[in-house]
Amino acid sequence: MLTLILQSLVDGILMGGIYGLVAIGLTLIFGVMKIINFAQGALLMLGMYISYWSFIYLGINPYLSIPLSAISLFFIGALIQKTILSKMLNAPEHNQLLVTLGIMLVIENLALILWSPDFRSVKLDGFIQTLNIGGIGVNVPKLIAFIAAIVLSIALFLFLKKTMLGKAIRATSINRNGALLSGINTNRINYIAFGLGASLAAIAGSLITPFFYTSPTVGATFILKGFVVVVLGGLGNFIGAIIGGLIIGVSEALGGAFLPGSLKELMTYIIFVIVLMAKPNGLFGGKAR
Amino acid sequence: MKKSPILITLALVVFAIFPLVVKDQYYMHIAILILYYALVSQAWNILSGYSGQFSFGHAAFFGTGAYTSSILFTKLGMSPWIGLIIGAVIAAVIGLFIGYLSFRFKLRGVFFSLGTLAFAEILRIIIQNFDVFNKTLGVLIPYKPDPLMFQFSSRTTYYYIILIFAIAVTALVYYISRSKLGYNLVAIRENEDAAQSLGVNTYKNKMIAIAISASLTAIGGTFYAQYMLFIEPATTFSNDVSINILLPAIIGGAGTVLGPIVGSLIIIPIGELTTTWFGNFVGVNLMAYGVILILVMLYLPEGIVGWFQNKFGKKKSAKKNKDSSISGGEEVGTLKN
Repeated sequence: MLTLILQSLVDGILMGGIYGLVAIGLTLIFGVMKIINFAQGALLMLGMYISYWSFIYLGINPYLSIPLSAISLFFIGALIQKTILSKMLNAPEHNQLLVTLGIMLVIENLALILWSPDFRSVKLDGFIQTLNIGGIGVNVPKLIAFIAAIVLSIALFLFLKKTMLGKAIRATSINRNGALLSGINTNRINYIAFGLGASLAAIAGSLITPFFYTSPTVGATFILKGFVVVVLGGLGNFIGAIIGGLIIGVSEALGGAFLPGSLKELMTYIIFVIVLMAKPNGLFGGKAR
Repeated sequence: MKKSPILITLALVVFAIFPLVVKDQYYMHIAILILYYALVSQAWNILSGYSGQFSFGHAAFFGTGAYTSSILFTKLGMSPWIGLIIGAVIAAVIGLFIGYLSFRFKLRGVFFSLGTLAFAEILRIIIQNFDVFNKTLGVLIPYKPDPLMFQFSSRTTYYYIILIFAIAVTALVYYISRSKLGYNLVAIRENEDAAQSLGVNTYKNKMIAIAISASLTAIGGTFYAQYMLFIEPATTFSNDVSINILLPAIIGGAGTVLGPIVGSLIIIPIGELTTTWFGNFVGVNLMAYGVILILVMLYLPEGIVGWFQNKFGKKKSAKKNKDSSISGGEEVGTLKN
């Protein structure tokens, strides 16, 4: 019994890191542009395919194709921002949500047309899949993804706090006009913010390729959880996103251990609804934005 | 609308004689789909178009309608006509419950959207995990043509039924848009706090809107089940269903009486044509919807009818409209904080 709980905790925490990583991209985009990006899951899916095809055709280990997927998605993200979202900055928020929904529909179905709905997976040879620590199995690819998620969040946090560009991004997120008056090119900040958000999704995608099936609709699984995590942590709050990810990961894993069928998924949404009702600014409310 | 009774009559006549002229079963099917999407999107329009509470989870009500009538029919042999009413009532109750939680706790804007999305997912997971609902297998409705059991041997009958439903709901929306309820809803959409301070009971009005919207969507769900004779969680409770419900209204113009019909007339044929032309590629129709959605949001953010009203409606009645800025379908985009 205790082993089961511990095992679920470990699995949950590892998966929670991934959810956190997806959520960080969402929260960065929201923080700067106040847009909730429905297409984040689709961008993650593109990252997964980049790693998948690099592995199939070029034999590149998915971990080594991370820079490729991150950079490609940075430009795709910046392009989306430039061609579509930059024209939507002053639109009503539900229209912004709808336009990202449209982007999601286009990307997902384009992937469906190009690569068929097949579920694909990468099999890494000569790679230890599970470590056994005191009777508890630790999935190595998940562990790597978790560590990478934590390192990336810290790096992003430092980037936003310490560098000039990071400060410019934060300034834009706090007050767009103020930032503009101080000589910050806010349009450029938007490209960078959306590009970074897309890269984060792509990195998350590449990191999960070794242990998660790749398919055109895989993004849907993550985008809903991403929303939940982002709201849980407080929109625009980075540390909150990671903690929110861990909460969802752990509750889902515990739910999976004790609830029959796919009822574990209920946990996520019930937590979400309760948080929406009780603390719509997130668990660490007030600090957001 | 008042200006063009001839146009409306003409449209009604075209709809009424359509089956007499067109005998092709495939075109009949498309026509039924158009009317059916117009119906559910019109239902969505009442809550989201008029009061501005954008629901991304109308699948919750749609699925409730489809499942209620189908389960009662297959397990108890109850006529789906009665199931339709029971489904509508249950959906209204679920709508009121969602409304109570959302509006009491002041979920606004995208938070309401995400909340409704979550509620639809919760219902889908419940359906998928209990034997009464056949879990993920869905419900197969045995085909036994009998008008009392909402099953017909001819597509034409289905056509006329959905036509009557769609006209009735559109008439209801027209009536609401002219009623005190309609004005209250538009006031809530434009500025909720201002509406409240002027004495509009925003909570009560939103609750009425969500109850009506939910029950009408459920009626669409029952029709879908009886027409398709097969339902499963993926085709009744998923996000795709919610998206398909809101698309016609958004494209045609949310918060306008004719928006959902115009939107449905445009996107359903496009979806069907692309599926026919590129049948080998699953997803082409959804990709086309995505492109249309992006283009509409960029260039006609108030939808086709909304754009039309702004462009041509204002010129003629600019003086009349000046003092009443809450005449439906306009200025959705101006207020954002």
